[in-house]
Amino acid sequence: MVFRESGYCSSRNDAFPTGLRVLVVDDDPTWLKILEKMLKKCSYEVTTCGLARDALNLLRKRKDGYDIVISDVNMPDMDGFKLLEYVGLEMDLPVIMMSVDGETSRVMKGVQHGACDYLLKPIRMKELRNIWQHVFRKKINEVRDIESLEGIESLQMTRSGCDLFNDGHFLGGDDTTSGRKRKDADNKQEDRDLTDPSSTKKARVVWTVDLHQKFVKAVNQIGFDKVGPKKILDLMNVPWLTRENVASHLQKYRLYLSRLQKESDIKNSFIGMKHSDTPSNYSTVNLGLHKPMKTMPDDVLNGTYSFSVNNSLAQSVDLKDQGDRNGITSVPMTEAKGALSKDIPDSHKTKSSQMSFDNSLGSVDSGVSFASFGSTTPARCSWTEIPEIQSKQEYEPLQPEDGFNQLPLPETSMIAKEVNRKRTEVKPLFDEYRSNLVEHLSPADLVDSFPVQNKTQMLKSQVFNPISGTKSSMKTEDISQNCPADSDFAQRNLNAAGIGVPLASFSEDLQICWLQGDGYPINFALQDFDCSEYNDPTLIAETPLYLYDAPRFDHEHLFDSSEYYAIDQGLFT
Amino acid sequence: MDRNPLRRQLQIMRKSFFDQGYLDEQFVQLEELQDEANPNFVEEVVTLYYRDSARLILSIEQALERKPFDFNKLDAHMHQFKGSSSSIGAKKVKAESTQFREYCKSRNREGCTRCFQQLKKEYATLRKKLEAYFQLARQAGPMETACRPK
Repeated sequence: MVFRESGYCSSRNDAFPTGLRVLVVDDDPTWLKILEKMLKKCSYEVTTCGLARDALNLLRKRKDGYDIVISDVNMPDMDGFKLLEYVGLEMDLPVIMMSVDGETSRVMKGVQHGACDYLLKPIRMKELRNIWQHVFRKKINEVRDIESLEGIESLQMTRSGCDLFNDGHFLGGDDTTSGRKRKDADNKQEDRDLTDPSSTKKARVVWTVDLHQKFVKAVNQIGFDKVGPKKILDLMNVPWLTRENVASHLQKYRLYLSRLQKESDIKNSFIGMKHSDTPSNYSTVNLGLHKPMKTMPDDVLNGTYSFSVNNSLAQSVDLKDQGDRNGITSVPMTEAKGALSKDIPDSHKTKSSQMSFDNSLGSVDSGVSFASFGSTTPARCSWTEIPEIQSKQEYEPLQPEDGFNQLPLPETSMIAKEVNRKRTEVKPLFDEYRSNLVEHLSPADLVDSFPVQNKTQMLKSQVFNPISGTKSSMKTEDISQNCPADSDFAQRNLNAAGIGVPLASFSEDLQICWLQGDGYPINFALQDFDCSEYNDPTLIAETPLYLYDAPRFDHEHLFDSSEYYAIDQGLFT
Repeated sequence: MDRNPLRRQLQIMRKSFFDQGYLDEQFVQLEELQDEANPNFVEEVVTLYYRDSARLILSIEQALERKPFDFNKLDAHMHQFKGSSSSIGAKKVKAESTQFREYCKSRNREGCTRCFQQLKKEYATLRKKLEAYFQLARQAGPMETACRPK
């Protein structure tokens, strides 16, 4: 179908929305038949479903199989609003609600849950004819959001890059320009922020850094799999924010993540499992996080997770099925190994970690390699715009997700940006990283026994031990132990930071790496990546998310931490 | 008016449905959906409606026999039934459904029971009329596109 492409059909002729793929969900067979016929007459591609559960399965099975969903509000197996939320969160598709009940309160509820339209039964065909506008509108907004996010990211990257150079300097260290930029941006945001709440008219909510932080924090607290606009809203405790605001922001967030993921997917597919994938992987990871956010169900998560994990492993991205975890993990493993090994020896190299980040940014000397996610000082310094955020993040480690978040995010945004911009650089970055790793290893003398090839070994000892046998249970504990304070946490990160940014393609990996130094696997709630599944420590490393959340280890968590952080960077507008 | 006597009869019958308020605009929508790919679309939909709504009627009947009334459940069933009835444009039936829901909201047992009896009557009447209509339609042969009620 014409519409499927990212490029929009410029000519708005009658043929434009032809083939729009519609999924109709209604427990009433009579209506289902009628709607099907009506939609077919509009030249749309129709799929009907009598149960919400079936609809969700269909949607999950074919991720990009549908353009829009039309659903009845009253269904026996699931409330239509719930389905609406799921679809919005997981697939981010426009959803139209239908009902014979046109009461204002119901319609309001529909809108609040994110419905892009609410039709009253009996439905006329002319009403269905125009549903394509919702699909189109969404695509346009997506592009806008991505662009704005990228804008923010690039800004951040600049700042971070500058900061990295200044070892130990916080925002504005040497680079007054970047500091200025930041200030300007912040001021702008603040101004808007001030005006926004006051305006009662529908004014676009400006998602400032601060607001977004709260948002991310709330999401992390809730747990990605359980996240919903209402819960987030309650946790955020922002009086003037509406549920609708949160819902749409959540969608944007996911969208952003999925876009990043897609890009890195593409990259990964080129690059393959090589190290060069790292940079892209990294971005993918970031992006991937978004994706998982969207998808609550496990299988969805798996798909996304694999994607993110894949970042490092390019291959895994394609693994969408639930059963594909293994596939995914295997891929990252190789990557993770590299990362991990680096970490281990690099425990003392906070600086180098910082440097590595620089590398990824394409700036600093290669010797240092991985941006110090973990390093206390470097971490703080390297993320110019992040200093505040970083500290916030650091506190978050108390919650597994947060900790996770903290680490990869800064890099994520940077990396992501980096990746987005220079796909071709992925390879070189990674190679550089590798060389750095080796460099570090030797001088450090930490890894004499850990040649690069033996990364696995190192990882094993480092990664595996803490993780072995723990899986979920210890994860949470570990995290809390590991992150008593942000400084501690940062310190830990530093240790583990040997991995550097490129390595950090797996946000999870990064996490692990950092923790490795401390001997604590980060509990990333990567549920799907069961440690047990992977005997290889690298696997464990890769699934920091796994360790994340005791109750639920989902990809989502993984995404939450790193993705959110990255998103924070990117979604400030 | 169609020259064919059967078709003319059909048209008169059809018109009466609208004039007497048995059917509304939605029925015309169904007729407009009928085409070569689905030449008996309207009849199929109506048949499907009666088949599916029969179980709803049964559920409501059973619920009305229980004591005390579960008004919420009754309302839910009726909501479903109303939605279904709106699909074929069953105007009178729909009106009774709305009334029934009002009685449910005000917890009026007597009202519910009475209303439901009325609803069943309308439901049955419409069914008979439509059955006769489709039978005649088959006899009259393929029809032109439905004319809008004057």
